[in-house]
Amino acid sequence: MSWLDHRTGIETAIRNFLYEEIPASSGWRQVFGSIAVFLFLVQAFTGALLAFNYAPTPGDAYNSLRYILTEVTGGHLIRGLHHWGASMLIVVVVLHMTQVFLYGAYKKPREATWILGVVLLLLTMAYGLTGYLLPWDNRAYWGTVVATQIATSVPLAGPYLSRLLGGENAVGVVTFARFYGLHVLLLPPATGLLIATHIYLVRKHGVAPAPGDELLPKKKFYPQQAFRDTAAIFAAFAILFVMAVAVRVPLERLADPTDTTVAPRPDWYFLFLFQTLKFFNGPLEVVGSVILPGLAVLALLLVPFVDRGQVVRVTRRTAAFGVAALALLGWLGLTVAAVATTPKTDNTVEIDFGAPTDWMQLSPQELAGVGYFRKENCASCHAVGAGKPRVGPDLSNVPIKKTAAWMIEHFKRPAAMVPGSSMPAIQLSNAQLNALAAFLLKLTPRNAEALSNAPDFAVEAALLYQSKNCGACHMANGVGMKIGPPLNGLARRRTKTWVAQHFANPQALSPGSIMPPYRFSSREMDWMVAYLFTLPD
Amino acid sequence: MPATEQPEEQAEVSRRGFYAALIYGMWSAIVTALSLPAAIYLLLPPKLRKAPEWVEAGDVSQLEPRAPVEMVFRQNRVDGWKILSQKTTAWVVKLSDTGVVAFGPQCTHLGCAYHWDDSRAEFLCPCHTSIFAIDGAVVSGPAPRPLDRYDVRVENGKLLLGPLRESKGKA
Repeated sequence: MSWLDHRTGIETAIRNFLYEEIPASSGWRQVFGSIAVFLFLVQAFTGALLAFNYAPTPGDAYNSLRYILTEVTGGHLIRGLHHWGASMLIVVVVLHMTQVFLYGAYKKPREATWILGVVLLLLTMAYGLTGYLLPWDNRAYWGTVVATQIATSVPLAGPYLSRLLGGENAVGVVTFARFYGLHVLLLPPATGLLIATHIYLVRKHGVAPAPGDELLPKKKFYPQQAFRDTAAIFAAFAILFVMAVAVRVPLERLADPTDTTVAPRPDWYFLFLFQTLKFFNGPLEVVGSVILPGLAVLALLLVPFVDRGQVVRVTRRTAAFGVAALALLGWLGLTVAAVATTPKTDNTVEIDFGAPTDWMQLSPQELAGVGYFRKENCASCHAVGAGKPRVGPDLSNVPIKKTAAWMIEHFKRPAAMVPGSSMPAIQLSNAQLNALAAFLLKLTPRNAEALSNAPDFAVEAALLYQSKNCGACHMANGVGMKIGPPLNGLARRRTKTWVAQHFANPQALSPGSIMPPYRFSSREMDWMVAYLFTLPD
Repeated sequence: MPATEQPEEQAEVSRRGFYAALIYGMWSAIVTALSLPAAIYLLLPPKLRKAPEWVEAGDVSQLEPRAPVEMVFRQNRVDGWKILSQKTTAWVVKLSDTGVVAFGPQCTHLGCAYHWDDSRAEFLCPCHTSIFAIDGAVVSGPAPRPLDRYDVRVENGKLLLGPLRESKGKA
């Protein structure tokens, strides 16, 4: 007995935990519960880290999340872990339940353990529902509008439920505060307590044995089963980490209650509920929104009381396999149907506001300069900001700032302006060279990276903007004439469809307009409209 | 048969050791992969969003030599995800015909606001009685270094202030 153990009993406790006796048949199938607990802890940890840089009010929430994604070092990874961890937790909890269900491990005396498990599943879903709103982007806002409307449709309790969620009049500050409070203050301790009770019950009754186990000597949890749990946790974490690094979690634009073009969708694991709702209309809607999901939860809770027979081998539990297969098929069918019916229009160009968006501040001319810079392959001889040294000088770090006129002369006859230069002359029109010079004059080591990150659709649109000479009538980002209306803030004034139709026939929508019609290909139209909508207010 | 039992026991011991090594190895990898990004996230500075800019603090054409003036001006400051426009002060002194210096408004000891005492012709800090000379040098008190200075530029009689630089040198 060590000094510490004598005073705290910690070593004895750990030993008791590790040397718990488990049935001889225990194996890989029992690892899911451990993964779920581990993922819950990862969510708590990454959630706390996010909270350190997050302001839980509408507007500020969005800006602070953008700050986490674009400025805080490692912020992208932490948010990725939290986002994908949530999806993974749902998957693992469902796998855990499926395993217990298929093996009949919920049977007497383990009914209470099962019921707690069902409640934990509901809590996991509650995290998903409340956490979905917290980025406060358009997707989050509209998804939550639908969710709170469903709460309103509950018979009798509807109005109270909706008031409780703060969604009585509209989704706004009160809803946000309620969802945030649930997500970070109420759900975590409730989940922690239930997990502790769940594990206590597992220990009290022991891991459920399979038929035949009573004849075999019991095993210890450590080391073999402890190794299996660790290996499974390690594999799950490796997948989660790779997803957090490699798969971008997009952030859409700020929530916009006036947007009429969004098709609200919940997160993937709620799509089946979303689809179920579509089968019931009018007064029957409550069947899809409340009664069917309620019955499903009730059925889950009653499983151990309906199936009360002797424990049999898993291979003989055909009914359980049938029920699980039916549930899987139903879930898959509903989810696929929901995905298939998600409209693709208006989403052809997706802008990730979680990436640096400095390019939105550029004038169309400068942005077109980015396009010429890329098309002329300038980067093959010139470094821009960070990167290994090249033949030509680093353009973001030219010691003496030249004028635009000097640069255009240099583009046309490089050696005449810089004796001995081996740069080939650039074959572009004067207007195009102007754009290129305008872009290069904006370059500094600090913004070079962000500028070169300008997405292709915006650059293509800016090139089109230049070639159609839109700036002769319109002002964008402070550059251009004021004959037509300024283009900044277009997203607030018009819908995308309106703008697209206006291009094709301006006079039909704005009588008396002197704007000529423009025939763009559908790709060009998508680029152009999406680009114009990124112009800041 | 003790002869056959012993190798079995040994095999059991090495098998346990093997499992233990794997368990420890995997948990250390997981803990590292979580704590290292967390440390980076919390401890490294965020990317710079705005280059420091020059702000106009006031008119220095009428400034009397060796008579410090407190100038109040608005400055944009990056605060997390916000850019705040806030009031800032500087103590501006014309030390010679050509040289104007602007001191940051905080004592270099613990950041209290000091002020100019006309009768003593010294800067006094009310907190721990640090005293600075008109050129910012420490005269007495606990201040560890001279007053910090803004980068300054005078254009057409207007004083432009750049970033505040921590002063070098000892008390």
